[in-house]
Amino acid sequence: MSVVDRQEWDVVVVGAGGAGLRAAIDARERGARTAVICKSLFGKAHTVMAEGGIAAAMANVNEHDNWQVHFRDTMRGGKFLNQWRMAELHAQEAPDRVWELETWGALFDRTKAGKISQRNFGGHEYPRLAHVGDRTGLELIRTLQQKIVSLQQEDFRETGDYESRLKVFQECTVTRVLKDGSRVSGVFAYERETGRFFVLEAPAVVIATGGIGKSFKVTSNSWEYTGDGHALALLAGAPLLNMEFVQFHPTGMVWPPSVKGILVTESVRGDGGVLRNSDGKRFMFDYVPDVFKEKYAESEEEGDRWYEDPDNNRRPPELLPRDEVARAINSEVKAGRGSPHGGVFLDVSTRMPAEVIRRRLPSMYHQFKELADVDITAEAMEVGPTCHYVMGGIAVESDTAAARGVPGLFAAGEVAGGMHGSNRLGGNSLSDLLVFGRRAGWHAAEYSAALAFERPAVDDVQVDTAAAEALRPFSAEGPAPGAEDGRPPENPYTLHQELQQTMNDLVGIIRREGEMEQALEKLADLRVRARRAGVEGHRQFNPGWHLALDLRNMLLVSECVARAALERTESRGGHTREDHPTMDRTWRNINLLCRLVDPTGGLAATDPVRGQIDLSRETTEPIRPDLLALFEKEELVKYLAEEELYE
Amino acid sequence: MSSYEARFKVWRGDVKGGGLEDFKVEVNEGEVVLDIIHRLQSTQAPDLAVRWNCKAGKCGSCSAEINGRPRLMCMTRMSVFTPEETITVTPLRAFPVVRDLVTDVGFNYTKAREVPAFVPPEGVGPGEYRMMQEDVDRSQEFRKCIECFLCQDTCHVVRDHEENKAAFAGPRFLMRVAELDMHPLDAAAESGLDRKKTAQDEHGLGYCNITKCCTEVCPEGIKITDNALIPLKERAVDRKYDPLVWLGSKIRRRSS
Amino acid sequence: MATGTEPHLNSGGVRTGTRAAIDAPHLRTDRWWLAPAATAAGLLAFIVYSTWRAFANADYYSAPYVSPFYSPCLAENCKNMPSGPNADLFGSWWGISPAVIILIFPLGFRLTCYYYRKAYYRGFWASPPACAVAEPHKKYTGETRFPLILQNIHRYFFYAAILVAGVLTYDTVLSFRDTHENWGHMGLGTVVFLVNITLIWAYTISCHSCRHIVGGKLKHFSKHPVRYKAWQFVGKLNARHMLLAWASLVSVALADFYVYLLASGAFDDPRFF
Repeated sequence: MSVVDRQEWDVVVVGAGGAGLRAAIDARERGARTAVICKSLFGKAHTVMAEGGIAAAMANVNEHDNWQVHFRDTMRGGKFLNQWRMAELHAQEAPDRVWELETWGALFDRTKAGKISQRNFGGHEYPRLAHVGDRTGLELIRTLQQKIVSLQQEDFRETGDYESRLKVFQECTVTRVLKDGSRVSGVFAYERETGRFFVLEAPAVVIATGGIGKSFKVTSNSWEYTGDGHALALLAGAPLLNMEFVQFHPTGMVWPPSVKGILVTESVRGDGGVLRNSDGKRFMFDYVPDVFKEKYAESEEEGDRWYEDPDNNRRPPELLPRDEVARAINSEVKAGRGSPHGGVFLDVSTRMPAEVIRRRLPSMYHQFKELADVDITAEAMEVGPTCHYVMGGIAVESDTAAARGVPGLFAAGEVAGGMHGSNRLGGNSLSDLLVFGRRAGWHAAEYSAALAFERPAVDDVQVDTAAAEALRPFSAEGPAPGAEDGRPPENPYTLHQELQQTMNDLVGIIRREGEMEQALEKLADLRVRARRAGVEGHRQFNPGWHLALDLRNMLLVSECVARAALERTESRGGHTREDHPTMDRTWRNINLLCRLVDPTGGLAATDPVRGQIDLSRETTEPIRPDLLALFEKEELVKYLAEEELYE
Repeated sequence: MSSYEARFKVWRGDVKGGGLEDFKVEVNEGEVVLDIIHRLQSTQAPDLAVRWNCKAGKCGSCSAEINGRPRLMCMTRMSVFTPEETITVTPLRAFPVVRDLVTDVGFNYTKAREVPAFVPPEGVGPGEYRMMQEDVDRSQEFRKCIECFLCQDTCHVVRDHEENKAAFAGPRFLMRVAELDMHPLDAAAESGLDRKKTAQDEHGLGYCNITKCCTEVCPEGIKITDNALIPLKERAVDRKYDPLVWLGSKIRRRSS
Repeated sequence: MATGTEPHLNSGGVRTGTRAAIDAPHLRTDRWWLAPAATAAGLLAFIVYSTWRAFANADYYSAPYVSPFYSPCLAENCKNMPSGPNADLFGSWWGISPAVIILIFPLGFRLTCYYYRKAYYRGFWASPPACAVAEPHKKYTGETRFPLILQNIHRYFFYAAILVAGVLTYDTVLSFRDTHENWGHMGLGTVVFLVNITLIWAYTISCHSCRHIVGGKLKHFSKHPVRYKAWQFVGKLNARHMLLAWASLVSVALADFYVYLLASGAFDDPRFF
């Protein structure tokens, strides 16, 4: 069929956010010729949206901090469902990853002694987040971007070509991971600008595509977050882990409608902001769950003292992990104590002088001023939960970031599952990107080097199939676009909106069995209609076409979320069941794995009830005793089943 | 909640040609120009090409020219226009057009590569960097840059003179030079690289005639001209036009 | 598809062939021309006035006030100003107005000032007339070659401007004497001079070169706390450099005009004590 341009690389990284770039840097530094593919321009990835900071136990602000405390906080935040080895590696390596950024030119805010300053955040026992005002993600991505450029400058000096060893293919989308037998052999992609197809042949592919938020209506995520990496892995035969855990960030903007969902950083609360309902009450004091009772203040006075004297007071409950705060806000609004636009009030104006607010929260000040006409130094913000992060993702080996079951496939960052268990702590995301981005790049480079003389071959049939699949929206199944046949082509934008509404309403922050069954039916219907998604125009920078292709991924991932959420009959972290409102210790060590029904990666029209996803359970590996010993017995009994405790 | 029908003119076409196309489109309270462009996409022009990402003024993707002024579409509220006004949206006019509102911003990536990277100081390992807040403040301001390239687009040096593109890095990347030169631990000088001098000799600082359009359009409110470009010009003067400073540095170098 | 598809003019600038084919040199709908027009008008008015006054060689001294345009007065043909800013450095060969000798310095300072450069590049030279409005010139080399490369000597004019401001400060001190050179006088002219010298100093100190010299050139503020404070102070003034540039321009003209009114006998200086 079509002649498709092909290039050979050692490692291909899909995604140019924090994890992807960190992986690419490591792979290139280990000698692998590395290609990075990203949907947006280089440096625009969703990582720029991260505001609060990078969690790393550097103990610059509170000397008692160390990796063990960080590990404990992470496990508690994830309600002990975390892949514990990942949490361990993450806590141990995060400080090195942050310090390394400084050697690449990053400029974090400083302590008086000239070290990296660290701030408080929900769920972290000590001030732990390295930050730059409230634009830490921007600093992270720019630093990595500039490090890539500096490596390219090195290559230019040596070879006369900036892109000889490290190249960024910006504004390109990968639609399929290609395989040679069970092993990865490359990727199939198209250039958004021209619509041209190309194949990058490589023995190792690192997926670092981020999350899935664009399947939900109210989200803090950008258009890129269509679950591409999740879908690519599924289609390549890799399982997804615990997809029911979706984090709703407690504080998104709620007004005006066009900005609904845009993130209001947790630093607002870390720096002293408080949540109030329409009665003016700091309601979070009523929502401290039993497992956290000893760790949080019981009175406003104590909570307020904590900011100045954290060693002798307990933290205010506004700084509970995100899932708790999001649920609390949801309940207040439901009980009729919400703000005029259906949120609650987040107030810093009465807590800090205007000057301090502008200095510590510059982009929040700017964001509310510009988008909502609200001066946060003078009045309270209105906030409500917004879909923010998916804890579930590609099942990976903890140490190598290798995707389970597909040799040559690696995953890091939000797209990888396990690290955060059922709920991620703020600040742990950026450190996750760096720690596992590096590990993915490292092991991908090693894996690729081992195959240097027996590179997996790219199968022409797969390339042709992928090309045909990508072109289908131009000649949607049934009638050609526009032709009258009783079945007009579907508008991809409409399908997308319906999908978002479905996921938001039926598989949202509070879930019920009946609604999720309804959601699965709706998804089945959308899946059928999506096959007829048709587009106008040609292949050159055609957003309608791009969306039609992304729909496949969103539908696959949404089905995973809905199926897994229906299966897990308990409430834990980012998964709240109204019909099973409590955490069930017997679920503590159960992972839910999603796999594609058709193991060949085909997506033929399937039975609507059964769908495209197979769900299976597995029991997790017991937590290593020395790690378990970091916790008090009284705490562990709240999480672990009896038999786990006495093993 | 008031909605109305607005009149839009959106440039459509590609490198072969194109023109302003008229649209009538619904506008609701609190919306920004990007919302309207999205509404056009989902209802009237599904293949209308536009770049965007975060829709919160943080990524700098949705740069365009609205009523002739370079702006981020996501940060331009519809309430700044009257309902009677016709709003014209065009792609950035300093760069080659790709399609509709999307331009080829490769110029900026080329220039980014021409600025030598941060040079880590020798003998200072990871974790040993000590910098005072007052010493990083200046460079931190420049690192707020979201690379929307509006300053590069509006700068008349390249906007009005295509031929200057080869010699001139543009405000964004001159600011990058300033950022590195003011970085408290950048060891470029020790490695033999004089950023002050190369700012003028290699990045075209002399082309800047400080007419401040870069500062005017910066959505991050960075004082590009006053805090980066002029200080950089003064630093270049130290190196190239100030015999006193030159002499002083010669003597100091000899004595140390 | 698109209505009124335009061919490429390919005549350079925003009409370069690869760019979006839009014929209009700009699409701004606001009154973008107002700022450059007002700037040009303001500067022109000052140029006309100051040229007249500088070459008039008359009505610049009315004890105890000397016009800032003529201070210091450095030729033999200067009016006698008892203990005033006279110094016959040039001697008798200097035939034209002595103002011309000294005005070179404040003129040079303002001509190379980073704010005035913006103002006249935009207002007079339309380079550019306003942001995103195409400039009319075919070629542009900015400040890379002669004569505009000379803008780089701004700091030397800054040093000179400090000396001139020092002399004007001296003149202001002298304005506390009465016509018989006795101290303890204050008239409306004294107030005019005080306002003027304050603005002159504020403008001079707020200069970008000054900001660089006092501290901007440093890499580590933390090692120079005093210069850091000075830099911060100058920085605050510098943020108002444009305002101070205009205010001091107007005040210096007014001070001169006030002296002119007194010297030409059109007005008597109201005396407070």
